[in-house]
Amino acid sequence: MARERKSGGLEMWHYALLGIPYAALLIPSIYSRDTPELFGFPFFYWYQFAWVILSAGLTGIVYWRTRS
Amino acid sequence: MLSRINWIELLVFLAFFTAFTALGFLASRWHVAKKQTMDDWGLGGRQFGTLITWFLVGGDFYTAYTIIAVPALVYGVGAAGFFALPYSIIVYPFVFAAMPRLWSVCQKHGLVTPADFVRSRYGSHWLAAAVAITGVLAVMPYIALQLVGMEVVFTQMGLKATSALLRDFPITVAFGVLTVYTYSAGLRAPAFLAFFKDVMIYIIVIAAIVAIPLRFGGYSRIFHLASAHYAVSSAAGSLILRPGEYGAYASLALGSALAAFMYPHTVTSVLASANGQVIRRNAVFLPAYTLLLGLIAVLGIAAAASGLLVSENKEAVPALLASNFPRWFTGFSFAGIAIAALVPAAIMSIAAANLFTRNLYLEYLKPHSNDREQTQVAKRASLVVELGALFFVLVFPTRYAVNLQLLGGIWILQTFPAIALGLWGRWFHHRGLLIGWACGMGLGTYLSYIQRLQSSTYPIRIAGYSATLYIGLIALALNLLMTLAFSLVFDSLGVPRLQDATDDADYLWIEKQALGTKNVL
Repeated sequence: MARERKSGGLEMWHYALLGIPYAALLIPSIYSRDTPELFGFPFFYWYQFAWVILSAGLTGIVYWRTRS
Repeated sequence: MLSRINWIELLVFLAFFTAFTALGFLASRWHVAKKQTMDDWGLGGRQFGTLITWFLVGGDFYTAYTIIAVPALVYGVGAAGFFALPYSIIVYPFVFAAMPRLWSVCQKHGLVTPADFVRSRYGSHWLAAAVAITGVLAVMPYIALQLVGMEVVFTQMGLKATSALLRDFPITVAFGVLTVYTYSAGLRAPAFLAFFKDVMIYIIVIAAIVAIPLRFGGYSRIFHLASAHYAVSSAAGSLILRPGEYGAYASLALGSALAAFMYPHTVTSVLASANGQVIRRNAVFLPAYTLLLGLIAVLGIAAAASGLLVSENKEAVPALLASNFPRWFTGFSFAGIAIAALVPAAIMSIAAANLFTRNLYLEYLKPHSNDREQTQVAKRASLVVELGALFFVLVFPTRYAVNLQLLGGIWILQTFPAIALGLWGRWFHHRGLLIGWACGMGLGTYLSYIQRLQSSTYPIRIAGYSATLYIGLIALALNLLMTLAFSLVFDSLGVPRLQDATDDADYLWIEKQALGTKNVL
């Protein structure tokens, strides 16, 4: 508990980053489109593939920033 | 029907399959403690480092059935089947936040199963029993489905003989192997095999995603042809999600993500890691498998584009491989898929055995049994679970296992309030949780029954809005509502809460005390 209180608010702010992939992927109307295409992939597909990397990146940031 | 067998394919398959199952036996000697304990058999000694855990969770979460079923669904319905991708993206931020807490409290108190945790947190053995029974019920059809995944491969190799004996022989042998090595080596066997399984699957998928587009003339052409296929196909599919499918897509992704790490087998591979940081690092690196899964799903689109004719959707990817690769490579691929069935099946049966032993046997049948007795019971329980799954697959049609697995996903999600929400606090009364669980189970089962188990979504209408949503999530909403309402009722009636054996600090105790002594990789 002591450790959590010490680093307090800033640490909680990092955890908020973990919520971004949920917003980006759970509203399909954002990305359910054909265009723009990338490497032959319709937008619907490459957008979601891009989020695999982005989500891992955000989780990675939280990992590095909250390592005690 | 023997004339359909391609001998090169079969020999390559047998060579790889035999070699890797032999490795499974070797695993029984790998870092084994002199006296086998419950921790040792059921959790591999809680010592797996980042790399082993990566392979273990990867082997556990991305199964043979996934490799067959995800592209089969995409092949059948197009974009709507792609929800597996957002699902396996958003699961990891949750794993990052929740699972190190579960690991910490279980390590601190020597807990082996998710139901053990619920027992310690809320003090109620009834609630723990509900969680344990749900876990066993949900995981059993999952094991059976791994066999179904294997059977698809055997069929593709031409081993679907007219005689029942020849049809059931390969799968019985493969499962015999599985039972022997899980019995002797426990969780170490699949942890060891997972490495080889994953290397094979990576080779297969990378070859497929490079070679198949080349034969088509690029991904652009694959998507173009698939779009034409869905336009004329009698099946209701489309390449891009349609507005009417948004609710189902998002709720299936969310519900599946919340359910994924409530399953006993995923919890088992999480608890087997050496410390909480191992789990956090894996939440960062496990999405590599999600990339792979997405590419496998695209193979379903390639199968649609190629105009393959298959009698059942689940044969799409094996047929696509067979029509695009030389026979020796398909033999290798099919061995990879078969191994990919054995690894999770082993972890699942160990997890089910742990639940039975810790939360039913120890609680109700023979309290005070010591660790050695518990280990013996768990080993025997794993045999019963595996033979039960084999019997089920051999006797009942495949669709029963598929239907029960859909139902299992809905059920396991109903343990979310007790397990996951319990990691952050004890807002709920144990009786409220039990009533909420019962309501969720009831509604989930009822809505599935109305849909004749053919669909896991249900159209609901609330205050003028209508949406088709995942049944599991609808049931979870009722579950949470009832849990909250009855917690307020029981607290205001003064029904006492039971002892919480855990302490706030237990959830943050991430590093293992004796770090470095037994840490493998």
